[in-house]
Amino acid sequence: MQLLEEFRKTDHLIRHHHPHEAGAPILRAADLGVRYESGPALEGVSFELEVGERLAVVGPNGAGKSTLFKVIAGVMTPSDGKVHVYGHEPGGHICIAYLPQRSQVDWNFPVSVADVVMMGRVGKLKLFRHPRARDWEIVQHALDVVGMQDLAGRQIRELSGGQQQRMFIARALAQEAELMLMDEPLTGLDLNSQEGIFRILEDLRQRRVTVLVALHDLQMAADRFDRVMLLNVHLVSLGTPGEVFTSHNLLDAYGGHLRLIQTDDGVLALEDSCCGEGEEG
Amino acid sequence: MIESIIAPLQYAFMLRGLVAAVLVGVVCATLGTYVVLRGMAFFGDALAHAILPGVAIGYLVGGGSRGTVFWWALLTAILSALGIGAISRSTKIKEDTAIGIVFAGTFALGVALISTVRSYTADLAHFLFGDVLGVRTTDLWLIAIFGGLIIVAVLAFYKEFLVVSFDPILAKTLRLPTRLLDFFLLVLIAVAIVVSLQTVGLALMVAMLVTPAATAYLLTNRLPIMMALAAGIAAASGVIGLYLSFYLGIASGAAIVLTCTAIFALTWVLQSLRHRLLLNQSARKSED
Repeated sequence: MQLLEEFRKTDHLIRHHHPHEAGAPILRAADLGVRYESGPALEGVSFELEVGERLAVVGPNGAGKSTLFKVIAGVMTPSDGKVHVYGHEPGGHICIAYLPQRSQVDWNFPVSVADVVMMGRVGKLKLFRHPRARDWEIVQHALDVVGMQDLAGRQIRELSGGQQQRMFIARALAQEAELMLMDEPLTGLDLNSQEGIFRILEDLRQRRVTVLVALHDLQMAADRFDRVMLLNVHLVSLGTPGEVFTSHNLLDAYGGHLRLIQTDDGVLALEDSCCGEGEEG
Repeated sequence: MIESIIAPLQYAFMLRGLVAAVLVGVVCATLGTYVVLRGMAFFGDALAHAILPGVAIGYLVGGGSRGTVFWWALLTAILSALGIGAISRSTKIKEDTAIGIVFAGTFALGVALISTVRSYTADLAHFLFGDVLGVRTTDLWLIAIFGGLIIVAVLAFYKEFLVVSFDPILAKTLRLPTRLLDFFLLVLIAVAIVVSLQTVGLALMVAMLVTPAATAYLLTNRLPIMMALAAGIAAASGVIGLYLSFYLGIASGAAIVLTCTAIFALTWVLQSLRHRLLLNQSARKSED
């Protein structure tokens, strides 16, 4: 029965995606909650985003960052509340891209960089249709944007961490995504590669792409983002880094795992729990 | 040399066996690339064993007729694929445990059913280990039609299967029917198992799905090439295996599978040696 249900609602075969409601914010979450058997992963999360915004989502491990992204992407149904993208539920949109954590990917899969970027086009291709010249042009263009035009034929295992991340951004571009959800894109990258990603994020801002970035580096969130969201199952705070990173909020989100030191410039936060996946970028 | 290659071909049963072995090899290996890449080998093995009750019922109902066995096996295979797929999603028991329970239980049921017939051991052996030299022309037609359907499906849904295998979350954000595609792949595997019933049998079936595809995986970084290579290796194994069977007097299914295994082992050893050689070279270079 469930299968029939899926068959009926599948957009891939019938192919009509939600139109974008004029004037609606690109993303609105209302009282969002997700419960697992082990307990709540998200509770009472409400916020809105404007088109072209770039928001860092920070919080301790298990704060629900990945869960939030999966709900926004429409791949997971929330237990409570609703997400609206351009005025409709996310399940009908193909303009939302979720960029996976690099550790979640099988890098030995026998595909090239161009193959992976082309996967972004599959949402636009009809059943039984193979990619056409125009699709390959879009793929090539997406690779140009992330500076990987010469690596199209490369097996994905042979990429550096930064290149792997850029490839996923290219895939999201090929998908023509207007909302990109990047799950820990900077984890394990060296400084150079991180700079490369920030340059691309700048470029995405010019293209009016709205980007949510999950991070666990508070310093980077404060230095590089206009707006940050502090999350720990509840939405602790959302605003400019100055508004959000107060000692009260940080203690609320991190509890005893963070040591706060008052300095002349404000609050200095030292993360106690180590969570880095020490992979070289 | 040429004489010994041509000699067996004067037997019609040998010719039919060769055609069957090549067809089955190509079909299973092509589909097997997904089994290897998605880590579904245990599922494939379980599914093959789980259709034994269907084979048994077909055997009892049809009084030993091959055609009846085929259709009953097909029905059971599709039901088992859907059943295992559903169980592994809906309980808190881990997927491999659930598969293990279903697989052993249904297999036992199959053995129990067949054992009600007095002369059951010989027939059971055919179902379990194949009887490719007993293939008849009507069997060949069934293999060709259903095998052809599998190949067409793999090619027609190439981009969908690729996305859902590499990145299921992407597949969902592209709003592909991921569960439907997963089930469809399971059903295709089920049909492939039934198609190969006569050549290698249920017990050795998983080798046809996994071994040539794994060999090809060692040799290439591209999915389409992996599929083509796997198909070629499997077809060659079918032919070589049958000749070995003919001249050495060993069971045909086992001979085919052993050939696949030998090709895999050889490829693996050569690849390891090549890697070590390359490592040594780069080490020497960095010393200079």
